[in-house]
Amino acid sequence: MTTAKSSKVVPQFHRLTFAQRVIRDWKLNKWKYILILPVLVYLALFCYKPMYGLIIAFKNYKPTRGIERSAWMDPWYGWFERFFTDPYFGRLIGNTFIISLLTIVFGFPAPILLALLLNEIKNSKFKRTVQTITYMPYFISMVVTCALIRVYCQQDGLISDLVTAFGGTRQNWLMNSAYYRTIYIISEIWQTIGWNSIIYLAALSSIDQDQYEAARIDGANRFQQVIHITLPGLLPTIIILFILRMGRILSVGYEKTLLLYNSNTYDVADIISTYTYRLSFSGGTPQYSYSTAIGLFNTIVNVVFLLATNFISSRVSDNSLF
Amino acid sequence: MTTARKPKNHIQESVGSKVFDVINVIIMLLLCFVTLYPMWYVLCASVTENAYLVAHPGAIFWPHGFTTGSYGLAFSHPLLLSGYKNILIVLLVSLPINIILTLFCGYVTASKNLMFKPIIQFLIMFTMFFSGGMIPAYLNVRDLGLYNSLWALILPGAMSVYNAIICRTAIQGVPESLTESAYLDGANDIIIVFRIILPLIMPTIAVLLLYYGVGHWNAWFNASLYLADNEKLPIQNVMRSILIANSNVLNSAGSDNDMVNQYAEAIKYSTIILTTVPVLCIYPFLQKYFVKGVMVGAVKG
Repeated sequence: MTTAKSSKVVPQFHRLTFAQRVIRDWKLNKWKYILILPVLVYLALFCYKPMYGLIIAFKNYKPTRGIERSAWMDPWYGWFERFFTDPYFGRLIGNTFIISLLTIVFGFPAPILLALLLNEIKNSKFKRTVQTITYMPYFISMVVTCALIRVYCQQDGLISDLVTAFGGTRQNWLMNSAYYRTIYIISEIWQTIGWNSIIYLAALSSIDQDQYEAARIDGANRFQQVIHITLPGLLPTIIILFILRMGRILSVGYEKTLLLYNSNTYDVADIISTYTYRLSFSGGTPQYSYSTAIGLFNTIVNVVFLLATNFISSRVSDNSLF
Repeated sequence: MTTARKPKNHIQESVGSKVFDVINVIIMLLLCFVTLYPMWYVLCASVTENAYLVAHPGAIFWPHGFTTGSYGLAFSHPLLLSGYKNILIVLLVSLPINIILTLFCGYVTASKNLMFKPIIQFLIMFTMFFSGGMIPAYLNVRDLGLYNSLWALILPGAMSVYNAIICRTAIQGVPESLTESAYLDGANDIIIVFRIILPLIMPTIAVLLLYYGVGHWNAWFNASLYLADNEKLPIQNVMRSILIANSNVLNSAGSDNDMVNQYAEAIKYSTIILTTVPVLCIYPFLQKYFVKGVMVGAVKG
């Protein structure tokens, strides 16, 4: 009887035309569509309209003519060709990749290590205090952080004080290309280690405590417990965060670079995004089209890396974003 | 004779384990010192005599001399005052917009049986991975006539998709029976969002307010692109001029130049204290909610 009823209802539903289903959906969910409308308007105006604006990467944009009436490039890939033959091309790609890889190599494991160490602390009050303190740099603005780095790196600054105590000589460390990347990476770790450890600590707390008990009975010491229980338990989280990180491989923090670098350190510090910034916003005729083309190249490389890491990871480990 | 062992816990700790515990605590204490020292340095420097700062900008462990003159300047200089005023305007207008859009977005993407939800969700998620970038965003702001207006700091970042996902997950945790019974009582979705959902996810809203608030408070880059007048700059950009560009922007703004020169170094540190301490006082109270937010955003992103 019930099967007969449902078989009556289901075909009826499927017999509805698309238009009828839309009308039914509207009657049921009218208010939900009204609620989402401002969000969609926002996305259209401030996310999708700029995406449409990307077409100036294939045009010769003139501010007086606007996006629509500016002439198309001939050939269409003209700006990209110019970028690939730009005398700074090699330096920009190299710097961006090197700084990004260094940040990943040293910055990615740091919060994992911190989480593992925090996890071994038994006094929960001390543990919470350490956590609160290490989150702090995340809430300090980039302007303030970089200003402090500059104060510490000046000729008579803190770093020089420290180095001379060990027999070194005073210098302005940010003026020297040899130290720029070290300063960048160390300060990056200082800024993010605490905040990025939150997610690992959360993952750690969800590991089944019985496993540790069983391992202890089997005679495993603490180091062995970390290797055989804690790390495998963290692995899915680590992989997901690694994929997300790879999707930003060419997104080195340009705000920080702009605040730290100077013409003495361009050879190691100048990255794709700061170059596009200078092309358009630091005097001279703004080269909007050229900047946009370089930016588009940057975004595409990021998306490719995200998809590639995701693909490899889904093959190797069953962990993937999508 | 004295070898009688006291029974400890289940299994006796090895010497190696104890040594590790001690080293671990030492590492943590060092980490705390490295994190806290810069703020202590700033605090000491802000009350130190200017002449000392000019001569010894290196290691400072306590104030040398004591003067609060730089704070007086930080509270009276027109450019700094307009900086505080502008950022407060941005916060007061932005935060309600941020929260309302995030709440709506979270509510609709959390609800079921919407015919066009897959499309809507795709349109929202796509913006996380692909964007126009710096120049198209800038030209867009110009085209919309927002250039050199505080709206340029408010509207382009009106909603963060990442935060909307956090909000969605919180809303998914609200029992469906609550919304269903409200429907039966004749409530529409707007009433449900504000009367039922909002009060139930207040902890999440508090964290979102913190994220958005800190984001606006600490932002400087967009303002440097989108604003032309010094009087419209928010506080971080004023600080950038003082701290990074080392420009004499304070002198040129028609104030008491003797006073500015007298505290040229110390004013840097007192403005850092005034802009950073409010944020640092708030976040520890919301700390226990961070885990949820970060977890959701990263894993389900």
